[in-house]
Amino acid sequence: MSARASMLSKLRACAPATAPDMPDVAGYYAGRPASTQAERVERLRAELTASHADVHVVSHAGWAGAVAQLLHAQGVRRLVRQSGAPGDSLARALPPALQASEFGRPLDEWKAELFEQVDAGFTVADCAIAATGTLVHLCGPHMPRTLSLVPPLHVVLIDAERIYATLFEAADGERWAARMPSNLVMLSGPSKTADIQQTLAYGAHGPARLCVFIACEQGEAA
Amino acid sequence: MSKHPMQFVPTADFKERARGALDDDKLRKSFRGAMDFLQAKRRNQFSDEHERESLRDLGSAIRKYALARLPDLLEELESKLTRNGIQVHWAENAEEANAIVLDIMRRNQARRMIKGKSMASEEIELNHYLAEHGMECIESDMGEYIVQLAGEKPSHIVMPAIHKNKADVAKLFEENIPDTPYTEDVDELIQTGRRALRRHFMEADVGLSGVNFAVAETGTLWLIENEGNGRLSTTVPPVHVAIMGMEKVVAKLEHVVPLVSLLTRSATGQAVTTYFNLISSPRRSGELDGPREVHLVLLDNGRSQAYADEQLRSTLQCIRCGACMNHCPVYGRIGGHAYGTTYPGPIGKILSPHLLGLDEAGDLPFASTLCGACSEVCPVRIPIPDLLIRLRNEAKRNPNETVATPLRGQGAKHSAAERVVWQFWSGAFKSPKAWKALRWGATRLRAFTPGAQAGWTQHRTPLKPASRSLHDMLKDRDQPE
Ligand code: SF4
Repeated sequence: MSARASMLSKLRACAPATAPDMPDVAGYYAGRPASTQAERVERLRAELTASHADVHVVSHAGWAGAVAQLLHAQGVRRLVRQSGAPGDSLARALPPALQASEFGRPLDEWKAELFEQVDAGFTVADCAIAATGTLVHLCGPHMPRTLSLVPPLHVVLIDAERIYATLFEAADGERWAARMPSNLVMLSGPSKTADIQQTLAYGAHGPARLCVFIACEQGEAA
Repeated sequence: MSKHPMQFVPTADFKERARGALDDDKLRKSFRGAMDFLQAKRRNQFSDEHERESLRDLGSAIRKYALARLPDLLEELESKLTRNGIQVHWAENAEEANAIVLDIMRRNQARRMIKGKSMASEEIELNHYLAEHGMECIESDMGEYIVQLAGEKPSHIVMPAIHKNKADVAKLFEENIPDTPYTEDVDELIQTGRRALRRHFMEADVGLSGVNFAVAETGTLWLIENEGNGRLSTTVPPVHVAIMGMEKVVAKLEHVVPLVSLLTRSATGQAVTTYFNLISSPRRSGELDGPREVHLVLLDNGRSQAYADEQLRSTLQCIRCGACMNHCPVYGRIGGHAYGTTYPGPIGKILSPHLLGLDEAGDLPFASTLCGACSEVCPVRIPIPDLLIRLRNEAKRNPNETVATPLRGQGAKHSAAERVVWQFWSGAFKSPKAWKALRWGATRLRAFTPGAQAGWTQHRTPLKPASRSLHDMLKDRDQPE
């Protein structure tokens, strides 16, 4: 008998005849007070800041300039950006000395380059979760998995309209269960560890710095 | 890679190791500090008692529901993963799981593996097995990397190097990583670890990880971490192999939502960890990175024994948060290595007898005061003390007795003499005549009680029957004057 058949038959032989009712997760989270967008922006900002991210609330017109300024101030020389309209706008706002390219090729062709020469990655989060200060990335053809992971500085743009209050609301509202991307990543701050004597240190294996730009109507122009 | 050989600690001699740990001041300090820290962090996360208790109810219900439907959910998980392009393997025991991983490596002409944190791989001693077959395995979680350099095993399931202090790590790095001066600055130490491991992520042929939750509905592996090494291990190498205990499946994606909240808050007192990494497929056409092959190994290794018994099944509700060890007065004093098992502390005491047999688990089910701190904090409400008592009974049971759901190693602690004593005792209580005779004898022959009474008199004065029994004294009192 194969391991599969043997494992399943052992379990089937003693599984209870009837399962309890399906737990009501939606019911548990229902009836929480609704939040306004301004509250969600504020909570997202506060939580991300507490997780050691650097957060800027900016206007829709001004975000690209603000990002460009930050990259310049950080001394970034080489940036890789997510392909798409926001990345194009950012590229136009950057000083010519700053080399900004799209991911472009399969990772296998330039792994060492990404690991060793790229200073920063720019991505647009699909949505965000205010309660925990979390940015959601749906990885796929236009969002490489390593872009938010390998470069030491990660810059993220998030539209204030796309902020959910909780993880449950995001999973439910975005219907993740029906349309899972190959890799869905939620990130809530720069990479960190407390593995040495419970002492918190940043930049363990992922980005040491996370800069988040929340674009909204009330945001400051650069 | 390590100068030290790997150590494999037998589960016998628990008492001796515990004594050694109790005498080790440095170890005691490391654990006391860590326990206080983790307890306070958890407390802060659960300040609203009502919310905490209702969330624990929900978490427990979700895990119970998943276990009740385990065989169905495993088949659903397999079919969804397969549809998504992830290859599923089944392993009844450690040998099969190891052989599956080795075979995947060989088929891919792989030699180097980078590992994210995986307790299941510790359980099957994968590193040791692969090393014997000429494969290089590097642990990339900072804590795991530290214990690997030291030639040790993790002493905690969430924080593997919890028994080491800064000075220990500073020395290890100085000795094992080229061009590393001694420093106790934690930021510098972490940067040293990061630099040392960077190349391994780039060059590894295979990345291995554990799994925190597997979602049957969508065919998704949900991984939780803070460092980013888990994401690197599952993203950069061309092949990703995940390994998980078969009980970790849940029915619906939304079922993970309360469970992750319970897990991160109970484990490290964080509302959320830095990364939730939800893997549902290898690299699809048009995608520029991600592994080209993803495999999942489903591991039984004794879990089906716990599953077979209605009471012991609750062991499998565990989400491996480690809160039970962080609050255990025994674990907090002797640390993780004294147990000699992959999973230490309260969860280890209830799980190891299934993985290893009651004979191998030896003293573990008995190494508890039954204070109940573990079940009070367990986010999925596993009644750990009840399970310990049950396992003690099974260990004491006559090995030849036939029971409905026999456990491996039944009767390992059976003692005919002990049986006789208990039979005598219960007989004396059952019959008034026998009880009377016992009373009569004990009060008259009290002068003959020995002064040395085995373990009892080690720290206490000897027991001696009173000159008059309570029964007789009451009788006198009730006599009219
Ligand atoms: S038994 Fe409960 S407290 Fe212990 S690790 Fe498992 S889930 Fe956490």
